[in-house]
Amino acid sequence: MRSSERSLLIPLLLSLVGALFLASLCIGPARLAVSAVVEALFGGGTQTQRAIVQEIRLPRALLAATIGAMHGLSGAALQGLLRNPLAAPSLFGAPQAAAFGAVLAIATGMAGALSFALPLSAIVMAFISAFILIAIVGRDSSLLLLILAGLALSSLAGAATALALNLASNPFAALEISFWLLGSLDDRSFRHVLLAWPFMAAGAWLLYRRRDAFRVLSLGEEAARSLGVDVAMLRLQVIFGVALGVGASVAVSGTIGFIGLVAPHLMRPLVGHDPGRLLLPSSLSGAALLTAADIATRLIPSSSGIRVGVLTALIGVPFFLYMVFRQRRGLGVAVA
Amino acid sequence: MNPLIYFEVRNLSVRLGGRLVLKNVSFGAPCGALFALVGPSGAGKTTLLRAAAGLTPSEGQILVGDEDVSALSIRQRAQRFAYVPQSDAISWPLPVRDVVALGRYPHGASRPDRLSARDAEAVERAIAEGGLQAIADRPVTELSGGERRRVAVARALATEAPILFADEPTASVDPHYQLSIMSLLRRQAQHGALVFVVTHDLGVAARFADRALILKDGELESVGPSDAVFASKQLADVFAIDIFRCDYASEHVIVPWAAR
Repeated sequence: MRSSERSLLIPLLLSLVGALFLASLCIGPARLAVSAVVEALFGGGTQTQRAIVQEIRLPRALLAATIGAMHGLSGAALQGLLRNPLAAPSLFGAPQAAAFGAVLAIATGMAGALSFALPLSAIVMAFISAFILIAIVGRDSSLLLLILAGLALSSLAGAATALALNLASNPFAALEISFWLLGSLDDRSFRHVLLAWPFMAAGAWLLYRRRDAFRVLSLGEEAARSLGVDVAMLRLQVIFGVALGVGASVAVSGTIGFIGLVAPHLMRPLVGHDPGRLLLPSSLSGAALLTAADIATRLIPSSSGIRVGVLTALIGVPFFLYMVFRQRRGLGVAVA
Repeated sequence: MNPLIYFEVRNLSVRLGGRLVLKNVSFGAPCGALFALVGPSGAGKTTLLRAAAGLTPSEGQILVGDEDVSALSIRQRAQRFAYVPQSDAISWPLPVRDVVALGRYPHGASRPDRLSARDAEAVERAIAEGGLQAIADRPVTELSGGERRRVAVARALATEAPILFADEPTASVDPHYQLSIMSLLRRQAQHGALVFVVTHDLGVAARFADRALILKDGELESVGPSDAVFASKQLADVFAIDIFRCDYASEHVIVPWAAR
């Protein structure tokens, strides 16, 4: 793609996200026309319409767009840091660890006492998992190590979550937690938005400001350091940024996987494979993907409603398998 | 380029995993010289190069001109030292021109598509010196090993640093590229840069270097004008080989002949 075409990419993605956002406000048990939605947004229409649009659908749409953007951004940043297109938060166990943190906060009653205990606990767990992963993988960022360590960490986080469920005193609470774990944006309010956004904004800022360092890092760690990139600091900032963003996202939506893998992959050829230019398009396409998935959960007929986390996993895992298939030569070398 | 810059290493020691891999190495170098670093595998050549470039923690002192390198910021250091690592693997299929443009990063040029006139000029000059004009728009991942090596050297040249470190820039490339890369580095030295090259190819080192240093087991074995160093008995002893020497076209030629 030439640079003139590239300059169209961001406006195009923005209008796509805008259109999906608007569609997300229209679609639900009560279908509303675009004009009614716009009217209700600005304080017009009937009281019911205002309640539906402003209090039910708006926070949900805002969360879908920003959580999707955060996953897309985290995926692009991790792929840039580890120089590997298969790196994504969900393969590292970061969301699973964050979910464990959130479950722990719910099960111990901390979340009830302190509203910020839920995202904080999720963030701390996401940070620990990402830190352990990067410590294990270290400098060589080999694909095999990455995937094995990620698998181990997400299994461990899953087991810890299962233990928390296992030991939960109240079976109804356990059921509620396990449904929440599936990942959903149903019935979210502005309280959830306010809970997650400050942390997500901080995480996004940390990742986005290092975008140029990812480009230099394409040359390898040694060359990047010789060009003046503080690689150890960069690594810490990325872990911290991903943990903040993904941890806060998981705290309000449960685990939603694979957006962070798919979004950067779709955008990479459109930015000339430049890891520095990938961050913004990747977050916008992440926002579009999750908003679209959230709309789909409302359109697919089902008795109890499909969870958006289930949907993204159903689409994401085959996609991941396809990428592993494409990379199998690299994996084969690593095994040999 | 400032002709007064003088690079000096004093009592440089490096510990890796508790083991002393570089022991009290001291030497100095004038600018406008090509300096070959030779020695058997595991002698500490790469470690010396990395430590001298400030990429590995070390004990001792490194001076550029009258500045102590430890007092420089990471960016100031990057402006003075360019480094070509052993591995030239690039993770993404970026175009050659963008990769060379990364050499301007220490000067604040963070986006290859938005270079200042000054930065763009340095990039084009480095591309021309590396002979990369014809492939400047191709993705680096499609290039041959020799071409990738030249891209790595051109990227270092774009930095316009007075001191250039190259770790085995001619390893596993064909003779044409070996000679063209060494001539390119030689030209930089003639234009006033100080170039350090780690190499296993004694013949190439003897032909192109004007100063040389032999390392063995992390210790400095010999340092001086390359004619003297490569003529020494030490060179043969350090590698445990016999060396064939002759003169051709009024240059000294050495060929590693037989293992002892």
